[in-house]
Amino acid sequence: MLQETPSKLIDERGIRLDGRGLNELRPVKIEVGVLSNADGSAYIEQGKSKILAAVYGPKEVHPKHLALPDRALLRCRYHMAPFSVEERKSPAPSRREMELSKVIREALEPSVFVEYYPRTSIDLFIEVLQADGGTRCSGITVASLALADAGIPMRDLVAACAVGKVEGRLVLDLTDLEDKGGEADVPLAWMPNLNAVTLLQMDGMLTIKEFEQVMNLALEGCKQVYQLQKEALKVKYVTVKEAVEE
Amino acid sequence: MSSIMFSRVKQKQIAQLISSGKRLDGRGLTDYREVQLEDGVIERAEGSARVRLGKTEVMVGIKIEVGEPFPDVPNEGVLTVNAELVPLASPTFEPGPPDENSIELARIVDRGIRESKAVALEKLCVEPGKRVFIVFIDIYVLNHDGNLIDASAIASLAALLNTKMFNYEVTGGEVKIKPGYTPLPVRNYPMAVTFAKISDKLVVDPWLEEEQVMDARLTMTVEKDGKVCAVQKGGYGYFTMQQVLEAAKIAQEKAEELRKLVVKG
Repeated sequence: MLQETPSKLIDERGIRLDGRGLNELRPVKIEVGVLSNADGSAYIEQGKSKILAAVYGPKEVHPKHLALPDRALLRCRYHMAPFSVEERKSPAPSRREMELSKVIREALEPSVFVEYYPRTSIDLFIEVLQADGGTRCSGITVASLALADAGIPMRDLVAACAVGKVEGRLVLDLTDLEDKGGEADVPLAWMPNLNAVTLLQMDGMLTIKEFEQVMNLALEGCKQVYQLQKEALKVKYVTVKEAVEE
Repeated sequence: MSSIMFSRVKQKQIAQLISSGKRLDGRGLTDYREVQLEDGVIERAEGSARVRLGKTEVMVGIKIEVGEPFPDVPNEGVLTVNAELVPLASPTFEPGPPDENSIELARIVDRGIRESKAVALEKLCVEPGKRVFIVFIDIYVLNHDGNLIDASAIASLAALLNTKMFNYEVTGGEVKIKPGYTPLPVRNYPMAVTFAKISDKLVVDPWLEEEQVMDARLTMTVEKDGKVCAVQKGGYGYFTMQQVLEAAKIAQEKAEELRKLVVKG
């Protein structure tokens, strides 16, 4: 399954290896309500990335002493399956996964009315089944839908998207190859209705001007993701309605 | 040290003052606390530094060992950053394996150093694919009074700048240490600048009580030519797009200011 590293990631016409233009998202497929045991769940395929998210709660907190008197405890676990990457990944949580679990939780918490459910926990699980770049962003996108599917009151959906600099050009929604071969990677999560940046990370090197351009391009990406999220949520209720009518 | 839980009256006071552009300790919104820097404090370490940022205190020690390179970069040395939130530094720190806070701290500092290519790792190769030097940066938090990120980043860079590598020769596949030292090749100077959002305003270098009131945190690491090389948002709140861009501009100025304290001449 080894991928050949190509010499060029973008050709002279600005077309990327998978045929996309610079400002184009990968094909996205989202399904809401895919697991019967979870209170809320969703599944996303973004290019070759495949991610499943589930929400359990609000429910009693275990262990009890972690309960918060004034709001729900939101917990998040971002985890990659051992077979999700080129070389088998040990199932034990890595330092990267620990950090991502934290920033993803902090990206989603501003969207949830946690103060409505004091002394409870809302547990969020994100399982990356196959990774091809941008998994923290797709993970946030799909987890936000799982929270909505669980019927938890929210201020807005959180849409996420990464922008990078590859071979000197700004590029939307990086694949793994583009991320590794690129000069910078900026994942961004955004709540459109509040103009709220809830996740922002970066590695690489960008001038302030480039950084500004990157932020604007990421915003455009998030707007597109947001539309796809809303459509996917509606589809679920249309299906439910049809089933009831039959 | 004052109690970790402090009164709502004081929380309110901090937030109200900031909304009128002032801070409880008299600083302006974009002022750092006093930075005190001592380097070479641990003789056993190849490099070290102790930084005081107000009452926050961080020590960094650097050890260098010979080990195996990563298979994807066989010609480069290895850089690892680890952070310990030592229990003596705060009543909220507990002994045990690193928690998410210490992992996040180490990874933010790591990203700044790695992405700005501060350490010339390609010069740390002994035998391609077999032996390289591993640079261990260990961050030791000794007193927690807020903004551990910037204090740790300053201390890490200061420690790298006084790190001495032992001279060596390779004979019969063995690395033998020779007398004398050469400085570790450092070619960039990343500085982290951390903001707290309180009362919808950006505040630089939050101290502990400000961190307890803040909605969210944003760290921008800026390298020597003014490029941004690492960013991290933390905390449960959010920033507007305008605030992020404003922070980037302030960070550029502040990083320059801090750099003068660490990089002499």
